[in-house]
Amino acid sequence: MIYRETGQFKTSYRSDQSIFPIVQDRWAIYLMVAVAYLIIPFAANEYWLQAILIPFLIFTMAALGLNLLTGYAGQLSLGTGGFMAVGAYAAYKLTTMFPAVPMPLVFLAAGLVTAVVGIVFGLPSLRIKGLYLAVATLAAQFFLIWLFNRVGWFYNYNPSGTITAPPRTFLGIMVTGPEATAPVRYLVCLTFVAVFALLAKNMVRSEIGRTWMAIRDMDIAAEIIGIRPLTTKLSAFAISSFYCGVSGALFLFLYLGSIETQAFDITVSFEVLFMVIIGGMGSILGSFIGAGFISLMPILLTNAPHWIGLEMPVDLAKELEAIIFGGLIIFFLIVEPHGLARLWQIGKEKLRRWPFPY
Amino acid sequence: MSEWLTAIFISPFLDMASGPIFFAEVVISGLLAGVMYSMVALGFVLIFKASGVFNFSQGVMVLFAALTLVGLMERGVPLWLALLLTVAVMITLAYAIERVMLRQLVNQDPFTLLMATIGLNFFLEGTGELLWGSNVKKLDVGIPEDSLEVAGMLLNKFDLIAAVIAAVLVTVLAVLSQKTKIGRALRAVADDHQAATAVGIPLTTIWVTVWAVSGIVALVAGIMWGAKSGVQFSLSLIALKALPVLILGGLTSIPGAIVGGLIIGVGEKVAEVYWGPVLGGAIENWFAYVLAMVFLMFRPHGLFGEEIIERV
Amino acid sequence: MVGMNGSQPILQVEDVELSFGAVQALIGVSVDVYRGEILAIIGPNGAGKTSLLNVINGFYRPQHGRIVFLEKERPKHFRPYQVARQGIARTFQNVALFKGMSTLDNIMTGRTLHTRTSFLSQALYWGRALREEEVQRRRVEEVIDFLEIESIRKTPVGRLPYGLQKRVELGRALAAEPELLLLDEPMAGMNVEEKEDMSRFILDIRDEFGVTCVLIEHDMGVVMDISDRVVVLDYGRKIADGPPHDVRTNREVIEAYLGVAHE
Repeated sequence: MIYRETGQFKTSYRSDQSIFPIVQDRWAIYLMVAVAYLIIPFAANEYWLQAILIPFLIFTMAALGLNLLTGYAGQLSLGTGGFMAVGAYAAYKLTTMFPAVPMPLVFLAAGLVTAVVGIVFGLPSLRIKGLYLAVATLAAQFFLIWLFNRVGWFYNYNPSGTITAPPRTFLGIMVTGPEATAPVRYLVCLTFVAVFALLAKNMVRSEIGRTWMAIRDMDIAAEIIGIRPLTTKLSAFAISSFYCGVSGALFLFLYLGSIETQAFDITVSFEVLFMVIIGGMGSILGSFIGAGFISLMPILLTNAPHWIGLEMPVDLAKELEAIIFGGLIIFFLIVEPHGLARLWQIGKEKLRRWPFPY
Repeated sequence: MSEWLTAIFISPFLDMASGPIFFAEVVISGLLAGVMYSMVALGFVLIFKASGVFNFSQGVMVLFAALTLVGLMERGVPLWLALLLTVAVMITLAYAIERVMLRQLVNQDPFTLLMATIGLNFFLEGTGELLWGSNVKKLDVGIPEDSLEVAGMLLNKFDLIAAVIAAVLVTVLAVLSQKTKIGRALRAVADDHQAATAVGIPLTTIWVTVWAVSGIVALVAGIMWGAKSGVQFSLSLIALKALPVLILGGLTSIPGAIVGGLIIGVGEKVAEVYWGPVLGGAIENWFAYVLAMVFLMFRPHGLFGEEIIERV
Repeated sequence: MVGMNGSQPILQVEDVELSFGAVQALIGVSVDVYRGEILAIIGPNGAGKTSLLNVINGFYRPQHGRIVFLEKERPKHFRPYQVARQGIARTFQNVALFKGMSTLDNIMTGRTLHTRTSFLSQALYWGRALREEEVQRRRVEEVIDFLEIESIRKTPVGRLPYGLQKRVELGRALAAEPELLLLDEPMAGMNVEEKEDMSRFILDIRDEFGVTCVLIEHDMGVVMDISDRVVVLDYGRKIADGPPHDVRTNREVIEAYLGVAHE
């Protein structure tokens, strides 16, 4: 009864193409954004911000990146961790070499560096497809991690091999380093994710998004209608890597504060891939859902037993995590290959007709 | 700068030339390591040939098989019985995978199937560790590990025995594939599922068979690897390295898996020994992948792989 | 040879040889296509018809021979997208639509050659990019109108019946505003009514949009009705070229279809 489009007619192409054509949806989003900006920083406690919301946002960014490349453009990538590492190390080097540059610019610059690296590792994609390309991205993953481990310049010759985010302020507020408070860091992450999610949504509903999907669905036909395969694939790699790079930089500066290369190893690549698969490939919303799901699951696993009075050792939690994730992937691929986002859409469809069955 | 260039382009070759025996040892140890990779790759090829599924979890199957074997032995089960039981487990696993997963995904595209095997990868890993624990285990199956001197070179008995076993395994599989009815049926299924069912080949039986055989191959590989370096999580990472092997050898070729494995094995060892010191070591982490990637640029379907002609 | 109003052909296929290994698909085939005509290519199965279209498209590169389009010789290294850019569009025998997208989006992809804005302004979805998107949408809606497929605009194409899919594919080709439209068996699998609709569309495409059409077709009724000229291929060779009625009574053509043994 509540969720109806009656009376909502579109009188221009522009309004037909809007992101949230149904007015109720639009209000819901405005409300969510308002809550995210105005209420959560004050209401949420340190733990929620630090352990749940901030990593959720950061991984949403990474999932957006991977979704653009794998979900929309159809190029399977197992190198997400490596690209995040590029972003983190690039941001680190940039800010240690040029401490006066404001952090947001540093993050964007780190993203650009990662985009270039992404193009380089995306070059094979003209000749190589599908699974073979995934192996090339594995090469990127392993090589990049090795590089950041071995070449001292990247970690400023720090004997422990870790890199630590130096304290920086922006507009007078401490945003990185030990003094930066969780709400501040959360707000910065939120802003980045909100802006870039919007940009991503715009891209996928424009020409570039359509060319990506064309290449994904039938690259030969795409070329025959005039789409240039190499430029399209490279643009997907570049933009996707940009997103992953920024997320890596945020990961270092606004989340952990201090990392070693292990933070971006192949497990991360798989994790982000799971987020994209479970959340929904080829869906911006799906990136959010998937990131949320995978960020929350471990917390749930470690804490839920407590609520019913059982103990959950850390090892067991990790093993259960692997089992559940693996099982869920298979489950989703069988039941709904388009992930939770599609289930959400189907749910909304049902809601539109409720209480009528069809 | 020129110092660096010399170190990359000249010194390693001088080193090789000046110490030929050592070089031969390195190459041979590379070949032997390559044999192990080939065994893992073999499992991939079998499954891909027969069902078109790229079984990403092959590496974890190696781990799982080894874990089961060791787990049983730790609980006092004698080796021969443990082997039998593990084989039974792998066969059951094959059956379960076919029933629960493959059957539901019959008409999906290769991408989806690949993702499903990635999910399987994690599922098996978690289950294996849950059942048998996650600490490193020593696997002793009674294979000697000391060295043998052959033609002035020092070789490891274990490696040699592993190579022999692998050779036997491959020959058996190749013969079975070419000469027997089941082998023919497998090849028919690999070519065209629908046509194969049309001539009466039972798809599900074939698939269960193939996954089971793959599981046994995984067990052999697991024993070899496990006896050499202990049974642990990193075993599944080694299997990731079978991917470059497959790239080089082609996804559908049994001889290709062997040749690819040998090339990767030798390439890695030689690169590590002669270029490692210059570049800072641990080149093995990425060398195989980069080699495969470069290779792909020139031969997108691998050395022995079939070229897929795309028609409109 | 000169066209209906004494003009030069817009497409000249000269002495093309195409083989795949030992299989010769096209042997010394020469065809001229004149502006504004509807040319039908017919012939028994395996005669090389689709191969010929693929060569015109730039998808296959012939071992020998040359292609001249709009009086410019095509360079040997040209890739399909470069050929498309010159103004050649195509539909396929097995519908080659982008299954993951809706009808509207599929036809919008046909506008790719007319899109100028960069991805950056598209990401911002403002100014020039937004205006351009609207222009593309307007053009695509004209095509949708023309092909009478308004009701299935937002439907994912995978869910459409075969006949409608073929129409959407035609829409995608039209959206590119081509000079030359290649249609590979556009009526395959259609019933009589659908064929009438499609025939009408093809004629309208020529009359209203001025697009020259080359189509491969098996239904002789359609060929006789709508084509201005017919080219017949058999075993990779052209065996007839002329107005429909001449070709129909050509003895070699009849023998090719009836399968008389070749010496």
